[in-house]
Amino acid sequence: MSKELANRAQALPPPSVRYTLLGWVQKNLFSTWYNALLTILALGLSYALLKPIIAWLISQSQWEVLKVNFRLLMVGQYPVAQLWRVWVCLDLLAAIVGLTWGIWVHGRRLLAAALLIAPLTLALLPTISASTRLFLLGIDVFALIAFGLGRLRGLALRRLVIWSWVVYFFLVILIINGLNPGEGWFPIVPTTLWSGLLLTFLLTVVGIAFSFPLGVLLALGRRSRLPTIRWVSVGYIEVIRGVPLVTILFMASTMLPLFLPSGIRPNLVLRAMVGITLFSAAYLAEGVRGGLQAIPHGQYEAAGALGLSGFQSMALIILPQALRIVIPVLMGQFIALFKDTTLVATIGLLELLAISRSVLAQPQFVGSQREVYLFITLIFWVFCYFMSYVSQRLEIALGVGER
Amino acid sequence: MSPIDDLQQTAIVGEQPIILCHDVHKWFGNFQALRGISMEVYKGEVIVIFGPSGSGKSTFIRTLNRLEEHQKGKIIIDGIELTHDVRNVEQIRMETGMVFQQFNLFPHLNVMQNISLAPIWVRKWPKEKAEEVARQLLDRVGIPEQADKFPAQLSGGQQQRVAIARALAMQPKIMLFDEPTSALDPEMIKEVLDVMIELARSGMTMLVVTHEMGFAKAVAHRMYFFDQGLIVESGTPDDIFIRPQEDRTKLFLSQILSH
Repeated sequence: MSKELANRAQALPPPSVRYTLLGWVQKNLFSTWYNALLTILALGLSYALLKPIIAWLISQSQWEVLKVNFRLLMVGQYPVAQLWRVWVCLDLLAAIVGLTWGIWVHGRRLLAAALLIAPLTLALLPTISASTRLFLLGIDVFALIAFGLGRLRGLALRRLVIWSWVVYFFLVILIINGLNPGEGWFPIVPTTLWSGLLLTFLLTVVGIAFSFPLGVLLALGRRSRLPTIRWVSVGYIEVIRGVPLVTILFMASTMLPLFLPSGIRPNLVLRAMVGITLFSAAYLAEGVRGGLQAIPHGQYEAAGALGLSGFQSMALIILPQALRIVIPVLMGQFIALFKDTTLVATIGLLELLAISRSVLAQPQFVGSQREVYLFITLIFWVFCYFMSYVSQRLEIALGVGER
Repeated sequence: MSPIDDLQQTAIVGEQPIILCHDVHKWFGNFQALRGISMEVYKGEVIVIFGPSGSGKSTFIRTLNRLEEHQKGKIIIDGIELTHDVRNVEQIRMETGMVFQQFNLFPHLNVMQNISLAPIWVRKWPKEKAEEVARQLLDRVGIPEQADKFPAQLSGGQQQRVAIARALAMQPKIMLFDEPTSALDPEMIKEVLDVMIELARSGMTMLVVTHEMGFAKAVAHRMYFFDQGLIVESGTPDDIFIRPQEDRTKLFLSQILSH
């Protein structure tokens, strides 16, 4: 190699570009006359929109309504004596999240700190009871212990954590519902008392936990070689997708008893759960089918040529790839499901939005719609954004080796 | 002494053919892809199949492990006849490894998992044994340091060598290669062929669809020239390269050897 060629072949660092703050502003906001005009217009518009909101927040808003009705909005009429069960669910969740964080997330210190400080701050409020304070502190303690465990024993615990997420969903239902049909220890809390944010969550959790496997089965069914299975799947998907959720909820609440032996009358919450699950499954099925279609035929052939059975090929090779592709679609459907739970108000269930209406009907709080609806909006946004965030992290975490 | 003589002297030729095909026919819709292929392959033989595209050579090799279904004729692999019986198909697939033109590695699994998956789930080996065998195979194909990489992080040649290791991990009696070097850059063809030559010399029964005539000259015991779904001509590499009988064979060889 000649000396000149050797010189040229040496790798150079990429040209570095650094801006001062003023330089950045100039480059991005005022680079041309029309860019400058747009910047000024946007600033003016933001001011015009935000000013009345901020003025209202500072001078007029009355948050008494939320303080008085906070428990009602969160857990509705769930008996106070059994509230510890909700707390146990939250503490368990903190432990599993802590483990997950320790194993997969590591960093994100700011977010972690925010999540830990919130229960701590609440625990320091003077007005809450001692047991509540204990459970709130429990959230932080369990989360931190689990985080440490995840960091130290992460590799050995991976499978356990994945399973505990799956089990958790079903465990929550069990804990909230109770076991003992009579009086005394761990009694069943009738679903007529499930309401508020708790009901919204339970509908969402059950909806996701059951519609996901059902959706995958329907997607596989639609691609099945057996005509009967294919027709049933196609028929199901097309019928359900052609009907609004409200209609399905009405049908579930009025028609379901027809299919069951007389004497068994499933309660309203269960019917709503069935309706939401059936509805969501049809949409999930189409999303999953999109993922299945994106898998090249060579993958099926390679799996088959190695001697894997049809079931093994699907479970080990095809579905893991297909589901990863459709994470954004699945999460979009889960978010839609979460928001759609507000529709159960039409069959008389008091989820978060419905119970906020009953709060507003209290004579002393007439006229506090803004505060209450803003609060509800914030709750929905926080959880929807959280799901969206989890979806993005999952995509990055599972995308290893794909690029 | 050339490697060919060396091999032909040491080739183990058994009594019963390990692959027996009789009058195999295959249609795609109305198009007839195979028009009566008969072939016998004995244990330890290396067979090279070549021919123009659309000649049915890939289709034929894919019927041998039921990736394509033959509609007429008989295929018997290691004493088991290929029928609609799923158990027979799975049994035969366990005994035959396949290497594809497009590698078809599993992109969501790393190299180690790609290789050890089938032994664990099909042969029911414990994970430790499967991974030990996988490590030996990675050594054999010359990339022991890539065990933790994902397929997308490897070059084409490395991917194809992993694919060979993956097929070998099932300890097959027969290896099928469907144009294993056609999707590779010229620089990488050699590294894959070297692995295949080593495999051939170790006594593996191999059916290779390829246009790499250097490979054929080095290790093939017999060659088959396919055209329009028929075997036009077959024989030892010397028969084919030095004394081809058919005009079609001569023409095709002159075209692929001319540059």
